[in-house]
Amino acid sequence: MDVILFLVFAIIAVVSAVNVVVQTHPISSAISLIGVMGSLAVLYLLLGAEFIAAAQVIVYAGAVMVLFIFVILLLNAGAETKGGRSFMVQLLGVPLLIALLGLLAFFVQRFFPRGTMVHFGGFTGGTAQAVGRALFTTYLLPFEVTSLLILIAILGAVVLARKEID
Amino acid sequence: MSEVPISWFLTLSAVIFALGVAGFLFRRNIITVFMSIELMLNAVNLTFVTFSYQLKQVNGHLFTFFVMVVAAAEAAVGLAIILTIFKNRSTLHIDDIDSMKN
Amino acid sequence: MNAFIIISLIKALVVAFVLLTAVAYLQWVERKVIAHIQVRMGPYRVGPHGLLQPLADVIKLITEEDLVPPYVNKPLYLFAPFLAVCMALLSIAVIPFGPTINVAGYSTWMQLTDLNIGVLYILAASSMGVYGIALAGWASNNKYALLGGLRSSAQMISYELPMALAIASPLLLSNTLSLRELVGKQAGGILHWNLLPQIVAFFIFLIAAFAETNRVPFDLPEAENELVAGFHVEYSSMKFASFFMAEYLNMVTVSAMGTLLFLGGWDAPWSPQYGANLIPSIIFAISGLTALYHAGHPARKMDKYTFPAFGILFLIVAGVFLLPIVQSWLLPLFWFCAKTGAILFAFIWVRGTLPRFRYDQLMAFAWKFLFPVAMLNLLVTSFLVAWFS
Repeated sequence: MDVILFLVFAIIAVVSAVNVVVQTHPISSAISLIGVMGSLAVLYLLLGAEFIAAAQVIVYAGAVMVLFIFVILLLNAGAETKGGRSFMVQLLGVPLLIALLGLLAFFVQRFFPRGTMVHFGGFTGGTAQAVGRALFTTYLLPFEVTSLLILIAILGAVVLARKEID
Repeated sequence: MSEVPISWFLTLSAVIFALGVAGFLFRRNIITVFMSIELMLNAVNLTFVTFSYQLKQVNGHLFTFFVMVVAAAEAAVGLAIILTIFKNRSTLHIDDIDSMKN
Repeated sequence: MNAFIIISLIKALVVAFVLLTAVAYLQWVERKVIAHIQVRMGPYRVGPHGLLQPLADVIKLITEEDLVPPYVNKPLYLFAPFLAVCMALLSIAVIPFGPTINVAGYSTWMQLTDLNIGVLYILAASSMGVYGIALAGWASNNKYALLGGLRSSAQMISYELPMALAIASPLLLSNTLSLRELVGKQAGGILHWNLLPQIVAFFIFLIAAFAETNRVPFDLPEAENELVAGFHVEYSSMKFASFFMAEYLNMVTVSAMGTLLFLGGWDAPWSPQYGANLIPSIIFAISGLTALYHAGHPARKMDKYTFPAFGILFLIVAGVFLLPIVQSWLLPLFWFCAKTGAILFAFIWVRGTLPRFRYDQLMAFAWKFLFPVAMLNLLVTSFLVAWFS
């Protein structure tokens, strides 16, 4: 059952990721990226990371991607025109990419042959209580620093996107 | 056979990361390049959570949390920069933003 | 394992069917209430007092010409209403309607599933609901739809922040994210509910809920007379109905969330030993007797038959509430529906009363007033919780 879940959502993730890279219109890439994030959220649930799965959907798929889609809708970016690539690059590009991915997969499998087996419910320490406790005790300094980082990001975005007052 | 070997998760993460790198290097539209960066960050998140499962600790989840926060802040500022570039140059093609070339 | 699957399927079918019927009749209630606020009658002809009006609307919407304009982005155009309804229905999956129910030896919760991150799940489903509107606005290839879609998504994500902070404050008091445990910790009557300690958060939640569901006074994105119906201008028949269903389902979800977080879920306002179990029977008996009294001298001809029928129906329902065999699950269900219905009535009441905000007023209200107040409320709550524990 867990294997079926993993395979289904891993295939959806990989196909959507390929779609992000391959599609010409940015909005199709954005929707495929939302698909990647959704399927990764399911994989996080399989790994017992329930708070991170919810945070992934709320923050990443529900806010960051909305921001992306906003910008794409506002700028009315059209489909990208095919760049001038040499014939050799077009011929060898995809096969070399597949070879690279195959090599990566092979080496990862070789380094972690008989590791732990993942099943749903194997790790129960990913609850909101556990994450919150660790966040506010061990990781308090990074927490405060990231809140400052968000403040800087808000200021930067507001200043950059402001209309010039002539 | 209702258990998944942990190397499968790491393989998936490596594959998604490689696809993100490919998108980052090969695409010419700024927004698609930015989305490839988000793809890479997601792959790294999956790796963190996977190792957190293996070591049975919650610290990996905390790292993922911080990566998400940083990615959100970066998306906000990056998209504001993209808007400014579009306002000044009316193009989203990376190759057209070359006024600092010799 | 087998029984679990069958029971879950039955529960899912029952909840889906009841919910969709409730959404259709919610529209009837809205039209009648707004009509009476505006001193007119509302739907009256189709069935007694317009009760078959939702059926007539459904038939009309299904048999309308399903027009797909030639210049739209077809995949997204067809996908967007489906996404909106999907996310609206998904968020109902974790809402508990009552305690356990025992039927034919099987005991089960009155809830489809109880996640231990239930509150986060509902926030996630409502965050994903933004996409239905944004993509619909863009796919329609129409400047009014695009403007409506953009404004609506900006409004929804802006008001998600005060709503999340307003949800976080009673969670500090109840210390759990699971919706069933949330109700359990508020048991014991009106003084134990999260309403009195968190009254500011309750109002912030209500205001943010109005904005999240695109209801008046925040309904500029779908304003009928200002944006040519906004993001759903190019949609017809069932896809248009899907957007409306999604809006009403979202209303039901946020009202249910308000009930669970602040009003104690299915808890009676005072304990049963002081007669709280008789309240539903009393309410229905009074309604039945009023209907029977007005049947004596009806104002219109048809009421000579409908008023006695309704009177007898209400008296039968009042009698059903007195049977001890159904009281264990019917009374908590009644209280849950009564509280959710009260919040829904507030939604409809506000729609009939207030004008709508201009868009910049709306956004300024969210970022400059509601968000700081919600943060302040969270800060004060956390200080008080840390002080007294």
